[in-house]
Amino acid sequence: MSRDSSESDAAAGVTRSDSDAPLLEVDDVVKRFGGLTAIDHASFGVEAESITGLIGPNGAGKSTLFNCVTGMLTPDSGAVRLAGEDVQDLPPNRIAQRGLGRTFQTPKIFRGMSVRENLAFAARGQTGERPISALVRPGTVGSEEADIRERVDDTLAFLSLDHLAEEYASGLSGGQRKLLELGRVLMLDPEIILLDEPMAGVNPSLADDLLDRLHELNDRGRTILLIEHDMDLVMNHCDRVVVLHNGQTLASGPPSIVQEDERVVEAYLGGFENA
Amino acid sequence: MGVFTPTALLSLPGWGSFLLTVLTIAGIYSLLTLGLNIHYGYTGLINFGHVAFFAAGAYTAALLTVPPPAQVSGAEYVFGLNLPMPLGLPISLVAAAVVGGLLATLIGATSVRLGSHYLAVATFALAGIFGSVLENEAWLTNGSFGLNSVPKPGRAAMSADTWAVAYFVFVVVVLVVVAFVLSRLTGSPFGRLLKGVRESEDAAQMLGKNTIRVKLTSFAIGGAVAGLAGGLYAHYVGSVVVQQFVPAVTFTVWAALLLGGVASNTGAVFGAFLLVGFRESTRFLTNIYDSLLASLPTVAADALRLAVEPLPDHASFVPSLRFVVIGLLIVLVIRYRPEGVFGDPNEIDAIGEED
Repeated sequence: MSRDSSESDAAAGVTRSDSDAPLLEVDDVVKRFGGLTAIDHASFGVEAESITGLIGPNGAGKSTLFNCVTGMLTPDSGAVRLAGEDVQDLPPNRIAQRGLGRTFQTPKIFRGMSVRENLAFAARGQTGERPISALVRPGTVGSEEADIRERVDDTLAFLSLDHLAEEYASGLSGGQRKLLELGRVLMLDPEIILLDEPMAGVNPSLADDLLDRLHELNDRGRTILLIEHDMDLVMNHCDRVVVLHNGQTLASGPPSIVQEDERVVEAYLGGFENA
Repeated sequence: MGVFTPTALLSLPGWGSFLLTVLTIAGIYSLLTLGLNIHYGYTGLINFGHVAFFAAGAYTAALLTVPPPAQVSGAEYVFGLNLPMPLGLPISLVAAAVVGGLLATLIGATSVRLGSHYLAVATFALAGIFGSVLENEAWLTNGSFGLNSVPKPGRAAMSADTWAVAYFVFVVVVLVVVAFVLSRLTGSPFGRLLKGVRESEDAAQMLGKNTIRVKLTSFAIGGAVAGLAGGLYAHYVGSVVVQQFVPAVTFTVWAALLLGGVASNTGAVFGAFLLVGFRESTRFLTNIYDSLLASLPTVAADALRLAVEPLPDHASFVPSLRFVVIGLLIVLVIRYRPEGVFGDPNEIDAIGEED
């Protein structure tokens, strides 16, 4: 990540019109699969520049909700608003272009491409992505590629992946794949990043590293929404917590408040205080 | 190829012109394989209908250049533009590429949303339908009789042998230009885009790329290259008949791509030359065998006769065995070198898999 661009990003975050509307808003969303209601009138907001944790027992609908927010699924009813605009009917690529990036529970990296190519792929607005331009405008494409290469190098350094730049992604370990996927999202340069279990399967020292990186990103003005099962992590690192249970939002607010909520304790955190 | 100078070829009318035919056809198949490589090698699209784009190009070139039906006895078709040769050749070839690309876009638009294996079935079926249309719409294609007066550009001005050499050189020039352009494309950000869609469509979408459009573009480019190959083929053979465009063409091209190396343009060309060379040269194994018997000393001839004794004595045995050998070759490559001769094993790690 280049220092310059991140600082200007942070500046942009500060000067963003501070209306009270959250950056991402899930409003009464319903998603059914046949007879099963996976998301049942879920509503919550993600404040700009927060780290928000989305928690809930297995099958609560967390990943389905992620898919509804990112456009991979279309909600049956309700609205998803990004920076105040309805996006629930847009395809995933359009939502991504509006500044929403996500990672997957099992990283979907480009295995047959080098680490560097994985990251370069994600850069926005590439002239050379159009076949005619790629052939007839070598100058423009060349200078864009040089810029992208620089950003890729910065991002790889930020994630301590620089020594793997030329490796095929298929050779990376599980934890490195998570980092690579995060790096790819960073190349997209999104306002808000959705992370689906970013720490799962990552060894503890790498997980600490990853957490540091997330805080650093947050400090630079990025908003983060993450699904996580590790309660200590959620309670210690998130500004706000949303609890999903049977497809419904049971509670949302600062961790300390949510932790005390009786319904939450009953539904999900029963073992938490004893743990 | 450098060993065989045109003059040497011309002085060897029998084997020389045969070799030239094989190389010219191999050049045309190289284009087909390069086109399929864009679809499968770079974008992961399993296209089992490649022959349709080849046919579309061949028929387009033919219709633009055959004489009008009034000048041909027994013609059923109503349309022949009779572009003069050789000046009409560029127009004819460009049109062949455009129509091949358009048909590919059309077939792509109906089926590109399907997952990889369903796409294979859909493209196979659509190519079959296209073949039926070519056979039955006789007003356009002259039905199963085909269009048999496709001009061979420049043929009138030179001898048959010289023309064969000239056309081979032309095919090689076209092949080199196309291979160069495709290499530029696949090495550009566009190529990276194709590969990302191949590796994970979900991830590509989540990174803001319109994967449907990417796949359609890939379809169009590969189809256009196949259409161009069809145009070259029509002007080389001089006739266009539905029986030339059977599914076996598609699978020969697939075999060439798998042998040569998926996602490698060099591999695609190499595979096409290898496969076509093998397919055509083994056609004459029986003749070689007979002339060997005649020319060898008696002892050696007897030994040879004894060696082939257990094999069935049937005229079609050796010719049909060729396809068994091609099949065996593919099995061996898939088993021991799945990336093909020029492929990179890392690149094909996830190819053809669903997200």
